[in-house]
Amino acid sequence: MSTQEREEGRQIRCLIAKVGLDGHDRGAHVISRAFRDAGFEVIYSGLHRAPDEIVQAAVQEDVDVLGISILSGAHNTLVPKIVDGLKEYDAFEDTLILVGGIVPDDDRDEMLEMGVGAVFGPGTPMEETIEFVRENVPNRE
Amino acid sequence: MTATGTESALVDDLLDGRHRALARVITKIENRSPGYRDIVSELHAHTGTADVIGITGSPGAGKSTLVDKLASVYRDRGDTVGVIAVDPSSPYTGGAVLGDRIRMASNVGDMDVFFRSMSARGTLGGLSTATSDAIKALDAFGKDKVIIETVGAGQNEVDIVRTADTVCVLVQPGSGDDVQMLKAGILEIGDVFVVNKADMDGAERTVAELEEMIHMRENPAAGLNTGHHGPVDDEEMAEVALDDPDEEAWNPRVVETVATDATGVDELIETLDEHATWLQETGQIDDRARTRYAEEIRQLIRADTAELLEGVIEARGGIDALAEDVLSRETDPYSVADELVAPVRECVDEELER
Repeated sequence: MSTQEREEGRQIRCLIAKVGLDGHDRGAHVISRAFRDAGFEVIYSGLHRAPDEIVQAAVQEDVDVLGISILSGAHNTLVPKIVDGLKEYDAFEDTLILVGGIVPDDDRDEMLEMGVGAVFGPGTPMEETIEFVRENVPNRE
Repeated sequence: MTATGTESALVDDLLDGRHRALARVITKIENRSPGYRDIVSELHAHTGTADVIGITGSPGAGKSTLVDKLASVYRDRGDTVGVIAVDPSSPYTGGAVLGDRIRMASNVGDMDVFFRSMSARGTLGGLSTATSDAIKALDAFGKDKVIIETVGAGQNEVDIVRTADTVCVLVQPGSGDDVQMLKAGILEIGDVFVVNKADMDGAERTVAELEEMIHMRENPAAGLNTGHHGPVDDEEMAEVALDDPDEEAWNPRVVETVATDATGVDELIETLDEHATWLQETGQIDDRARTRYAEEIRQLIRADTAELLEGVIEARGGIDALAEDVLSRETDPYSVADELVAPVRECVDEELER
């Protein structure tokens, strides 16, 4: 057992989600592996999921972190739907939402305002993302 | 035990059918968070209505796909379903990629299928306790069917499927060696054997092998008995046995399925239902539950006393210091154990004398 952050059985759970029609999942796979190796529990959604399905998975799996990977440019439509869905199930407040992929700077602020914790563009070092998760994972109770 | 504030509210929300509360309760159970025991205690009174089905088999046998199809058929007839899929985690980092959810394609968007991935977190023996507590949560939530899915290799997994009322073992064709492997532990507890991917070559042979094995297990004298009915084939024998109300034993069945296109799933469900009925009619359901609860009590007591004694070990300078004393031949393990347990033994003796 590793010594990292696992005090009192606290385990960081993440859902890595691919939403919409974009079929590029290399990034999602790489981040899933990196999170796993960092000691997180990772649930991967599979390709082409609807926002509803992502909400269902995030609620049922009770994840601390929801990482949404979008490379199609449809983030302005898809992310708000997910955020609303999470709110509907009272899951928004204590889920850290991350968006990864191609998001233009103008949309970035909008995402953050909506309640996304961070937007990670291409070339973000893996360690940075992992560190961000460790530092910002919602404190439950 | 009574729960306080937040726990109590969480239990109320769960019983009210709030998905978020159910999810959070399972998280607490998994993490062994403070207060989880009170929660499970409170939930216990509300359990006992769900049919619990355990599904196990070697990796790649098609467990997740079959579970997906089972859930879908159950939903069609109006049952609500809870699924717990247990996956191994890395013993080095504790991390895991839990992939069973990807296969749950037939039930997306249907909140009445509650699917939860659990990782095997390398906890010694604790996993079966966590799983059975999670089953209680789903049961209390009001799920009609609870399905537990796990890889069938190793004692941990055997312990998990033991928490089910009906145990379903999945085998793929051409896996002669798999069938051999199943002998060790799993075969004895299988109520239904499923030959999945039955459209593949070798399916018939695998079915035959399984049937033979079951036959041997049920009746070691099989083949020697020419019987007073004259020659009858096995199927007739099985039917005769079923028709006889005095016949208490369950003959494990072998069912063929092709999970990818749901072939044979209806038949499998029929068989599962038959087993559920058999459990009810023979009272086996209570016998099994009694055995399970007895084991659960024992396990909890072992864990609790072990924890108490951890405190004693600390007070005596820690386990390393004790081991050092044993190493230098100042004492021996038995004496150390006697000495540390002595205060507990005294208390217990006093208690029993009263």
